[in-house]
Amino acid sequence: MVDFGYGISPSSRLDLDKFDRKTFDLLVAEEPDVKKCIACGSCTAVCAAGKFVPTSLRSAILAIQNGLPDKALELLKPCQLCGKCTLVCPREINTRHLILSIIKIYSAK
Amino acid sequence: MKNNVLIIGGGPAGIEASAQLQRLGYNVILIEKGSSLGGHLSKWDRLFPDGVHADGVLSSMLKNMSGVKSFTDTQVKSINRLDKSYNVILSNGISVLADAVLLASGFTLFRAEKKEEYGYGIYDHVITNADLEAYFSIGSDSRIDKPKKIGFVHCVGSRDEKAGCRACSKVCCATAVKQACEMKEEFPDAEVYCFYMDLRMFGRHYEDLYLKAQKEYGVRFIRGRVAEVSENADGSLQVKAEDTFSSKPLKVTLDLLVLMAGMRPSDAGRRVGDLLGMSVEEDGFFAVRDSVTSNQRSPLPGVFLAGTATGPKTLPETIADARGASMEIDRYLTDVFPQASDYKKLIREKW
Amino acid sequence: MIYEGKQKVWSDYQKDIPDDHYFYVRSCIRQSFFPASEVTFLDITRNRLGKDIFETEHHTTCGGIAYHSDTIPQETVMTIIARQFALMAKNGYENYVCSCITSFGLYCETMETWREFPEEEARIKDILWKTCKLDFAKPKYLIHASDLVYKYRNLIAAQAKHKLINVKTGKPLKVVEHIGCHYSKMFPSKGVGGAEYPYVLVGMIEAWGGEIVDYPERRHCCGFGFRQYFIKGNRGYSLSNTYKKFESMEPFHPDLIITNCPGCPYFMDRWQYVIAESTGRTYGEEGHGIPVLTYEEVAGLVMGYDPWDLGLQTHQIDSEPLLDKMGIEYDPAQKYAGKNGKDIGSPICPTCLK
Repeated sequence: MVDFGYGISPSSRLDLDKFDRKTFDLLVAEEPDVKKCIACGSCTAVCAAGKFVPTSLRSAILAIQNGLPDKALELLKPCQLCGKCTLVCPREINTRHLILSIIKIYSAK
Repeated sequence: MKNNVLIIGGGPAGIEASAQLQRLGYNVILIEKGSSLGGHLSKWDRLFPDGVHADGVLSSMLKNMSGVKSFTDTQVKSINRLDKSYNVILSNGISVLADAVLLASGFTLFRAEKKEEYGYGIYDHVITNADLEAYFSIGSDSRIDKPKKIGFVHCVGSRDEKAGCRACSKVCCATAVKQACEMKEEFPDAEVYCFYMDLRMFGRHYEDLYLKAQKEYGVRFIRGRVAEVSENADGSLQVKAEDTFSSKPLKVTLDLLVLMAGMRPSDAGRRVGDLLGMSVEEDGFFAVRDSVTSNQRSPLPGVFLAGTATGPKTLPETIADARGASMEIDRYLTDVFPQASDYKKLIREKW
Repeated sequence: MIYEGKQKVWSDYQKDIPDDHYFYVRSCIRQSFFPASEVTFLDITRNRLGKDIFETEHHTTCGGIAYHSDTIPQETVMTIIARQFALMAKNGYENYVCSCITSFGLYCETMETWREFPEEEARIKDILWKTCKLDFAKPKYLIHASDLVYKYRNLIAAQAKHKLINVKTGKPLKVVEHIGCHYSKMFPSKGVGGAEYPYVLVGMIEAWGGEIVDYPERRHCCGFGFRQYFIKGNRGYSLSNTYKKFESMEPFHPDLIITNCPGCPYFMDRWQYVIAESTGRTYGEEGHGIPVLTYEEVAGLVMGYDPWDLGLQTHQIDSEPLLDKMGIEYDPAQKYAGKNGKDIGSPICPTCLK
């Protein structure tokens, strides 16, 4: 193979055809309220760890739906399980349980 | 002498107003340019937010119309003011001396083929919200072929300067969520996506419908406008949008795309409005006498408006608007033609 | 795909193309990339169709490359263009035909600027007089050379010796058409067919018997655009754009790509080589690549010109498979022969691309 000094750039476009429906259904079985998220951002806004490191439950749920589970796990690592997000979620999602479920199910693969 | 009221337009607003005015004791003439009454309501399957069947609503409204003289396949040929009334010549040759005219001409659906990038009328599996309602009523459409992945595009022809309409068409978001739920019921294994810019779930029970769509049906809502649709070799659609929540462009392959076409002012209504010299606002709908306190009166004397002729409305709002217009007409006619009030008192005492 | 839907869109974007008496201006780079294209165009229009098409040795570049690389300001470019138009008027013409797509876009942009800002037009008129002592003029019709071939596509089809049909199977060739970005994306009304479904090359392909391939990334840019590839480090960006197009068109198995821009065929041709040699991925049948031709070369093939006179030997992707499909006769020995049949050597074969 010849090296021309430049190559094809990888695509950073999301491809929803690659969404892993089966693993997501396992998550739904564990915590059905994950489907209720309206991405309002309240959880991210009050997050205690969020002031210091990049962490966001909203982005983690989004990353799973966009077929990027590793990014989701990365975003949830700093979680201190303090529960502030559960206090503010307008859709009454048990966010602590959701975070633990995501980590459990997506780390297992 | 009973006053004559001419109602132009046989959709829900016209039907409701005609029933109300007939009960109030007036001589009501209703004309409709199509071959049956009901307007767009007659072409819908189920209504949001509770899924009530449209044909049931329409037939109950039509039942109240006894006594109203209605003419289908009829349009206004000419109309001009004579002293305190309007002399109207209809296309069927009849002429009416109307003491009040109610323009309930409704709306026309935005022609989705104008948005060339969505390929309506070009690709095999792109339909509009109206086509989908027809599918649910009739049961088949050649473009809907056991879809496994379905997408809904909000704001087609609305909130779009290029399409000539800056305004929001109000009802399409609720319709999209309703239809998304209905498609999931019809095709339970399908993935359903709704691509929206802002989700307008303003009415009573609409937020519950949104929650149901997410929780019970697993509809995925993506905030990002569909920008480009192309067809693959096998006829499936490649759809490009941006997921604005993650600030990344996305692509997805779908088997069916439903375009939520918006509400534009009715062409036939504009024709009659021009005959009367009625003013329209920048959004193309008719101007009202006062946008807060006098929404059913036109600036012209004796001309009234009801329904979507003055802008996008939901069905309950249209019916309420028609009832409001009926009250306005009654008040106007009582003031302008006081000698007719004794006959009306006689009719009302008979109830 | 519902064909009638596309026809409705095309009918919305019609363009007035004049009948005769054209003033032709050449492109800076097409004569290096595709040596025979412009010559063939002039030969077809003058000798085969009998039209009056004039070019003067005094005309220059339109300044597009410099303008799009930010090396000259708009004022300079507008003066250069005003000089070109003045030469056209001086020679007694009012129909301006340009060879390059980027020029076409630039001319349209300049005309629009003058229309919207008459004070700019007055200023350039003044500068033109001061610098060149020429009278300012504007063309009555501004068209691209592909518009002209589009207009005469049926006349060319009538004189055609070969059609875009596979002679072995009798089926039409599957042709991908690629329009330069500056043709209709900037001013959709100035392009035949508009921006979403441009018709100028589609019309030619249909008139000459081929079948259009409508693939998802049809409207995607090829990645030329000047700035992206001047510096080696940026070239990957251009390459990735063309790669995306090829990945998208491959499932449709096209036989030929036809374009109307100087840069697009160059890139689509050469990048197939780069992709093949650096990643091993090839397109087309048995790794031969998909031949990329300009519309003048295709018009020439259809009318029966010798492929080596059309400059097809300078293409990276071999056109022999296409010529065989179309049933065109050619002498393989003459391919790399110089003037008067002199042997001037031949290029080395690449490893992955056949």
